[in-house]
Amino acid sequence: MAEKKQISLTIDDVVVKVPEGSTIMDAADSIGVAIPRLCYHPHLSILGACRVCLVEVEGMRNPVASCAYPAEAGMKVRTSSTLLRRLRRDVVELILDNHPQECQTCERNTNCELQKLSFELGIRDRLFQGERKRYKKDLSSPAVTRDLEKCILCGRCVRVCEEVQGVTNLSQHRRGFHIEVSPAHQGNMMNSVCVQCGQCANVCPTAAIVEHNDSEAVFAALADPAKHVVVQTAPSIRAAIGEGFGYEPGTPATGRMVTALRLMGFDKVFDTNFGADLTIVEEAYEFMRRLQNNDRLPLLTSCSPGWIKFMEHFYPELIPHASTCRSPMMMLSVLLKTYYAEKAGIDPKNVFVVAIMPCTAKKFEAKRPEHFTPYGVPYTDAVLTTRELIWMMKCYGMDFRHLQDGEFDNPLGVSTGAADLFGTTGGVMEAALRTAYEKLTGKPCEKLDFVEVRGVEGVKESAVKIDGKVINVAVSNGLQNAKNLLDRVVRREKEYHLIEVMACTGGCIGGGGQPYPPPGMHIMDASLLKMRAKALYTIDSQKKLRKSHENPYILKLYEEYLGEPNGHKAHELLHTHYEPKFPRGIR
Amino acid sequence: MPTTPLAQVLKMRHEAISRLFDAKFKAITRITVGSATCENAAGANPVYDRFVHLFGQNKKPGVALGRVGCAGRCDLEPVVTVISKGKIPVKYVKMTPAKVDKVFESHVLGGKVVEEYTMEHVAGLRQFKKIVSVCHGAGCIKKNLGVEKAFQDAITELGLGDSVAVTRSACQGLCERGPVAFVYPDSTVYQKVTPEIAKKIVEKHLHGGKPIAEHTWSGKRLANRFLPIYGNVQFFGKQLRLTLRNCGVIDPENLDEYLAVQGYEALGHVLTNMSQKEVIDAVTKSGLRGRGGGGYPAGRKWQIAYDQKSDQKYFICNADEGDPGAFMDRSTIEGDPHTILEGLMIGGYAIGADKGFVYIRAEYPMAIQRLEKAIADARAAGLLGKNILGSKFNFDIELRLGAGAFVCGEETALLASIEGSRGMPHPRPPYPTVSGLWGKPTCINNVETLANVPVVIIDGPAWFSSIGTPKSKGTKVFSLAGKVNNTGLIEVPMGTTLREVVYDVGGGIKGGKNFKAVQTGGPAGGCLPESTLDTPVDYDSLAAAGSIMGSGGMIVMDEDSCMVDVARFFLEFTQDESCGKCTPCREGTKRMLEMLERITAGKGKEGDVEKLLRLADTVRKASLCGLGQAAPNPVISTITHFRDEYDAHIREKKCPAGVCAALVTYTIIADKCVGCTACARKCPVQCISGAPKKVHVINQDACIKCGQCLLACKFDAVLRK
Repeated sequence: MAEKKQISLTIDDVVVKVPEGSTIMDAADSIGVAIPRLCYHPHLSILGACRVCLVEVEGMRNPVASCAYPAEAGMKVRTSSTLLRRLRRDVVELILDNHPQECQTCERNTNCELQKLSFELGIRDRLFQGERKRYKKDLSSPAVTRDLEKCILCGRCVRVCEEVQGVTNLSQHRRGFHIEVSPAHQGNMMNSVCVQCGQCANVCPTAAIVEHNDSEAVFAALADPAKHVVVQTAPSIRAAIGEGFGYEPGTPATGRMVTALRLMGFDKVFDTNFGADLTIVEEAYEFMRRLQNNDRLPLLTSCSPGWIKFMEHFYPELIPHASTCRSPMMMLSVLLKTYYAEKAGIDPKNVFVVAIMPCTAKKFEAKRPEHFTPYGVPYTDAVLTTRELIWMMKCYGMDFRHLQDGEFDNPLGVSTGAADLFGTTGGVMEAALRTAYEKLTGKPCEKLDFVEVRGVEGVKESAVKIDGKVINVAVSNGLQNAKNLLDRVVRREKEYHLIEVMACTGGCIGGGGQPYPPPGMHIMDASLLKMRAKALYTIDSQKKLRKSHENPYILKLYEEYLGEPNGHKAHELLHTHYEPKFPRGIR
Repeated sequence: MPTTPLAQVLKMRHEAISRLFDAKFKAITRITVGSATCENAAGANPVYDRFVHLFGQNKKPGVALGRVGCAGRCDLEPVVTVISKGKIPVKYVKMTPAKVDKVFESHVLGGKVVEEYTMEHVAGLRQFKKIVSVCHGAGCIKKNLGVEKAFQDAITELGLGDSVAVTRSACQGLCERGPVAFVYPDSTVYQKVTPEIAKKIVEKHLHGGKPIAEHTWSGKRLANRFLPIYGNVQFFGKQLRLTLRNCGVIDPENLDEYLAVQGYEALGHVLTNMSQKEVIDAVTKSGLRGRGGGGYPAGRKWQIAYDQKSDQKYFICNADEGDPGAFMDRSTIEGDPHTILEGLMIGGYAIGADKGFVYIRAEYPMAIQRLEKAIADARAAGLLGKNILGSKFNFDIELRLGAGAFVCGEETALLASIEGSRGMPHPRPPYPTVSGLWGKPTCINNVETLANVPVVIIDGPAWFSSIGTPKSKGTKVFSLAGKVNNTGLIEVPMGTTLREVVYDVGGGIKGGKNFKAVQTGGPAGGCLPESTLDTPVDYDSLAAAGSIMGSGGMIVMDEDSCMVDVARFFLEFTQDESCGKCTPCREGTKRMLEMLERITAGKGKEGDVEKLLRLADTVRKASLCGLGQAAPNPVISTITHFRDEYDAHIREKKCPAGVCAALVTYTIIADKCVGCTACARKCPVQCISGAPKKVHVINQDACIKCGQCLLACKFDAVLRK
């Protein structure tokens, strides 16, 4: 690729060279001048709406938004002046004037971009206060809640929903002072095409969109002596939870997490990884059967509940292709209220299952009627995001850094390295290939690392030779990327056999419930995702058992309880079904 | 078969004229009924229907009936014009079906003008047999005064004072032949008139009835068709009609009538004789600037769009007129829709676009309907579509209806709206000329700009640029409204002073009250006080005075207008129309409005004005698009020029103009009160006390300031202050 032409301009009297096409903000960033900004997000399109990042350009009548204005050769830019300081201050005060003054009781207290900016810009008094907008909270969804009073209209959620997720559930309604961001027809998050992925919450600079808070139910269960409270933690939690306690992203913290959970009072600490291993076995058998019968290929993975809802809304024609396997969380929850309860001699009605997930859509998934027990309660009683768990641990006074490493409980706490990979994009594929290879060929899989499906690219493809047959596989993360891939599938442009879809950029490590990134990093940053992924790849590589079907407790489970993979009982307990939803499955 | 596009257009015109001649112009008398949204609302439809009915009953040969667009005299609508050969056209105003009966009986059948319904009578003007109109451009006033005086003197000398009047016309762009005098109804144009020639004209022509051939000018300008019909009335005489040249003259729904007045000749000429570059150069040389408000040179915009390499380009006509009280674009489209199409096609040809859109607000159903008909007619005539007039130039036009958001007049919001997105502006650059509709180079001009394009082509850029001021060429259309005697749609040469507009065209302030301010540029403009009345109307002078040209709203205010309330009114509009995208406009206009509401409610505090100015400056400098950047203008200009009114509201809790209800007190003047009890009986809160035939008193503590007492009093004894 040809080098982009370099242009040179001055910023605050410093000569800067940047490639043509850079913005003034890019140029300033390159010399360490961080122009204050708010609606800007490096992974979203430029909106230019907040008007905080204004700079003065010599010869221009008015200041310009540096995020949007292209750097031009010879341009003389000033990023700070009496005027600019006043304008930025006034603009941010105008936002504050229409914002609840309840920082201390807010979910984003000390972790809010607006709060930080108003401190940095020196807003110490209010000059223009007046009427403030009033809205009822949108608590309709079990996954994400919206508080429009805290919305500062930066449009990040609108952009992420459209540009990254391809859902376009959120958009602006009404205008001027009365503008609001909502699903179509000012609807709510439940009664809409929202896939519950929570990426809007991830990019929201304030607490206008946050995960639905389920901590109270968990506190109550922990305090209830009649309840046997068990917890399971998703593969990606161990790679991110440390960030909540000041560790660098990608620091594995499995042992300390287990200890903390036990200290909090959970009766048993299990690992969703076990569910992941089980998923792989079930899915690999499902795949082999379809491959042999050339039936409903490509097989689409079903671990990501955001993706599943997306499929039901927008690709109902692909529903037959989706694996009927429940997600690892659901498989484990089902086993906890059946197999485990039976084995431990506990009335399953007294078992309270808590799942720690990187994901808001898991909260929604847990409440789907397909995942209810025959006696009418969810198999998963409560889902907490990584963020909620971090906060609860702090609430319990966990001095995370000084905790001893603990071990998961058995039998549902042992897992192979393949299961850890579920937390990152390409991981399910890699785990599935390890098992499918051996089951199809009957030979040991020598090369365990399928590096072609690793990495943060939106769509990755690979052709794997198994038993002389070329298996075309594809992996996508971020639903807009899934759209691009699935449109090719629908148009039959290429024959695929197995496709992994993860709703969020980077997979679960970039999920809608993961910790807000440390200063200087953003959700969806490749560097952040790579660091978190590295933790999982390291754990995998250090495990003795790295193929799901070699997990001895999985083998024991089939022997003792389930029978054959894909067999009758396995099907009853471990599989589910989907149904078309509005708009493609028009109702 | 004619070979060139131009020859084809000329042939079409020839055929159109002969068709029209059979249908209309053979007639000795033509009756036209004004028909536009405003006229129809004023009752033009029943008037027209009545004429049709009467014609059906009485066969009167030699009389033709037709409809035309709006001539622009809003306060006198509906207007019916009776044009008889050799006579000054009679304009009947405020017509009703009953009046039609009388006009038909007396004038049409009997040949006797019904004086009391004429525009002159209703507007209090005298009727004359002949009119001499001397051009009166800003640059020529001194030179022409002598000529004017010579005419006047000679008329007096010959005792023609009762039948001939001398008026002034606006600069008609004939400067190289000036001073110019028009004689109506003969439509004679005298050029290079000296006092001596003036005397001769009076003697031989006005008195003797014979035009003096050697001094006349026989050339024709597109603009010169309007004046023979309307030029004798001062309201029209001071105007120069380029954009509105056909409004009120032709039937907007009849392509033949447009063809007859040189319609599509400019297009034919362009397609036959001019390269794309030559068209752009002509527009550049003409000095035509965007009439939508910004005043960006049209030629430069076209050039940038032309320079872009792209497989697809678009040309858009912005007809999303949204200023409160503005109706320039609507009237132009309703009166002369083909002009817009012709301008759009010429623009499309110049930049290399084959697709045009007219973005028009859905609240303009008649304009839409007329545009649709014009597009269909033009397409059927081979003037639109593929291979236009055999030139290999393809161009088609579609309408896109706006949902009524003011911000969609902003070009990037307009583009978003056409693309089907929410109408919100985007940061520029990239400008639409580089990356516009669906990312393709797109040129956007407003209705008035495009309506000028055929004039530039036919009458030439040199002529066009002879009108106006050094930096602002041509004319400007305004919707003149407010407290002037003559309200309506006007078009004056750039450089005409505000005073001339208010007093000569507008006929001065209603009811003999004092002028206070003139607001130009709509909600984005400013209020200019008496001291600025000699400001010439052009882009730069108005900006220097603290307002803007804008798209052409002009509201005149008298001593009864409260300037704080005026600022509040405009802010209410802009804050309601803010799209809500950027912070300063969304939040800032709301806060400014709140402050103004506080001040007008008597709750203003010392320091509020300074806060207002600070916020105004923030909103102006920090907003994303023109709407926000200009929204504070009414506030800034009223504070600059009428600070004392703000101070009175804040410090004395008084509204000097007596407008702000919360600050007004009603008192009864003891000397005038006769004790009739009318006010006490009307008062809804019983706060007026007093026995019959005794002076009444208002209890100020209980008064809710509803004003019922003022309305009830027949003796002017209630004082509102």
